[in-house]
Amino acid sequence: MSLLKVTNLTKKFGKFTALNGVNLELNAGEILGFIGPNGAGKSTTIRVLLGILKATGGEVKLFNKDAWQDAVDIHKRVAYVPGDVNLWPNLTGGEVIDLFIKLNGTANKAKREELIEKFDLDPSKKCRTYSKGNRQKVALVAAFSSDADLFILDEPTSGLDPLMEKVFQECVMEVKRQGKSVLLSSHILSEVEKLCDRVSIIRQGRIIESGTLNELRHLTRTQVLVDTSMPITGLLDMPGIHDIQESEHGMSFQVDTMQMDAVIRHISQFGIIRLESAPPTLEDLFMRHYEGEKDTGGVR
Amino acid sequence: MAGNHLAKTAFLSKFIFRLDRLRIPIWVLALTFFTIIVPAAFKGLYNSQQERDAMAQTMANPAMTAMTGPADLSNYTIGVMTAHQMLLMTAAVTGLMSILLVARHTRADEEDGRLELLRSLPVGRLSYLNASLLVVSAACIGLALINGFGLYALGIESMNLEGSLLYGAALGAAGLFFAGVTAVFAQASDSSRGTIGYSIAVLLISYLFRAITDISNESLSWLSPLAWVTKAEVYDSNNWWPIVLMIAAAMVLFAIANYLNAIRDLDRGFLPSRPGKKYASLFLQSPIGLALRLQRTGIISWAIGMFVLGASYGSVLGDLESFFSDNEAMKQLLKPTEGVTLVEQFIPMLMIVISLMATIPPVMAMNKLRGEEKKERIVHLLSRAVSRTKLLGSYFVISVINGFFMISLAALGLWSAGTAVVEGGLSFGMIFGAALSYYPAMLVMISLAVFLIGFLPKFTGFIWLYVLYSFIVLYLGGLFQFSDWIGSISPFGHVPQAPIEEFSIIPLLLLCLIAGGLALAGFIGFNKRDIEQ
Repeated sequence: MSLLKVTNLTKKFGKFTALNGVNLELNAGEILGFIGPNGAGKSTTIRVLLGILKATGGEVKLFNKDAWQDAVDIHKRVAYVPGDVNLWPNLTGGEVIDLFIKLNGTANKAKREELIEKFDLDPSKKCRTYSKGNRQKVALVAAFSSDADLFILDEPTSGLDPLMEKVFQECVMEVKRQGKSVLLSSHILSEVEKLCDRVSIIRQGRIIESGTLNELRHLTRTQVLVDTSMPITGLLDMPGIHDIQESEHGMSFQVDTMQMDAVIRHISQFGIIRLESAPPTLEDLFMRHYEGEKDTGGVR
Repeated sequence: MAGNHLAKTAFLSKFIFRLDRLRIPIWVLALTFFTIIVPAAFKGLYNSQQERDAMAQTMANPAMTAMTGPADLSNYTIGVMTAHQMLLMTAAVTGLMSILLVARHTRADEEDGRLELLRSLPVGRLSYLNASLLVVSAACIGLALINGFGLYALGIESMNLEGSLLYGAALGAAGLFFAGVTAVFAQASDSSRGTIGYSIAVLLISYLFRAITDISNESLSWLSPLAWVTKAEVYDSNNWWPIVLMIAAAMVLFAIANYLNAIRDLDRGFLPSRPGKKYASLFLQSPIGLALRLQRTGIISWAIGMFVLGASYGSVLGDLESFFSDNEAMKQLLKPTEGVTLVEQFIPMLMIVISLMATIPPVMAMNKLRGEEKKERIVHLLSRAVSRTKLLGSYFVISVINGFFMISLAALGLWSAGTAVVEGGLSFGMIFGAALSYYPAMLVMISLAVFLIGFLPKFTGFIWLYVLYSFIVLYLGGLFQFSDWIGSISPFGHVPQAPIEEFSIIPLLLLCLIAGGLALAGFIGFNKRDIEQ
């Protein structure tokens, strides 16, 4: 069952098209990574999901309700952590957490204490004195103390140290175990790789890739370094081979993942002495999509 | 060694001056403008000694002494009058200028981490503190000279060069003194809010202490630094010693601030900062509770201010008869009407000022929502189970109650001070009714703010232009003889001027209706638009 379904979402600000036919789907118990470069439309999409911005076109449904019309009903089951957490300077962290929990509806006091402890937050300090990371902790504690079914997290770890990032990942895994869903927008790809079941990549207001990480890896290339007893011939003519370089250590090239089998069969005829390969990372995928196709997407 | 501590001070001074290249001139020019315009106006209004003596009579009561300090009322020249009615207030505002400027370039820069960045460069440990003190001192000296020569340049007989320079020096010295106070608190407190808060507290306590002692025991008021400016008896005996004392005290404070700065760590203060609450009170845990909590300090300050404003107007009502019978210019402004006392005739004019002042806090309370939106903080509420109607409604309810509360307090202040000084007392019902008849006009202003927030969020600030317009047209309208339609553009122009005009409910009902319509439209607009920065 899909908790969240975005169909052909368009959002225009005046003449500028920020989102141009975005499609997203998130099923119960799933973690969806939402990645893309700055200004691609991640936060705009999330704001439409939250009913803070009104969609220009398309359909946005959460729990089968309209994101704009039924915002309040939907929000009873949603916990949101913005990327830039701006808090009231003269309230303490503890006060803000309590306020947020109360406004969310369902409260879990024990969970609140546990999370404050885990995230190592001093709730008696005024928000004015908090660093960016501490402000994020306030929002994270409030979100994970709530009894929400859907967590919408917009670059929630950009100010956290590695130790706290780990605490955050544990929190996400825990809510997943409870069968809840998470939409995680992030720049930290290792985090997305570790946590997410599926990934959607947005660029210039369009979703350009969507699927499980395994599916997406088919679209990437593997870096291969091979040393053979006989010189390799005929490699140039094979499909899916890129960027061939010869050195004294052997030959290095990139192979489209789809062509891997044929290529390995071919080179094995020349007596392999050494073979090294680097698996495609999300980073490669990310870079490839971010750098290429400059002229598609958002229309000014 | 000492040279090292102060390395690059001159350079940093120039840098700070560049940062404040608009702020400082605006302060100085505004203060000068209000200093110069008053004696010029007095000269027109109180041309004869007879008129000035009448004014002196009005001032000869404890309420006025508490407000403006003592003066030689038997020798009430234009000069003495200006010094008496303006110097203390202007000195307090100059003190405020110093507090804000110094706090901005000491604790505020430290709190935001800018000082850390500067300190990592080859500048001395004490350079930035002294650079900011240098800049503010220069501003104070500039202010003193411009005001001094400016007053003299008016060419008013009773305002000689020595007195004028002393007037300027008194302002400058008050500025220096409070710069010193702020510099010390910038070391003591560990936040810029604390620094400003403590310093303003000193300013207010000096003022209040002086007010009380000036009525009860004048020699005790020497304990209040702010009283020193009145002890200089500008344009009268021209006593320089209190001003010298003030400058000396400022220098001592500068030295203390330097010492404290030298012995403390960056980002630390000497006053312990209390840990805040770990849990939110039940009251805070709703949108309306949050909105009230965020505005708490502002509401309390305005409430006190409104009461004092009402009381200070009330305190002059007793001497109105003698004052008006002697003053030709005022007689022009207020034409006598049959069957109404002068006090009753004066009330509507006061009420326009009071109601317009009382409109400011509720409109601020409404516009606070837009401020919260711009700071992206209402997203926290709207992304939870809070509807837009509820959010806007919370602010609207607070604003509407706030307005009622403010105008009532001002009326209460006016009545309680007025009934004490007017023979036979004042009718509370008459005062309260006159004040309350402006409430529907206030509601129109509040609702217009709601409308702007709903439909033209980028232009919420425009409401202030309308408030200012109403003030100019209705308060000064009588003086400039504007035609009626100019006043009728403002909702305040449609209020029957009780008690001199016959009371009529219809315009008030119409105003309420307009307010309701505007508010409703605002709510619809707010529910339809994007939340934006």
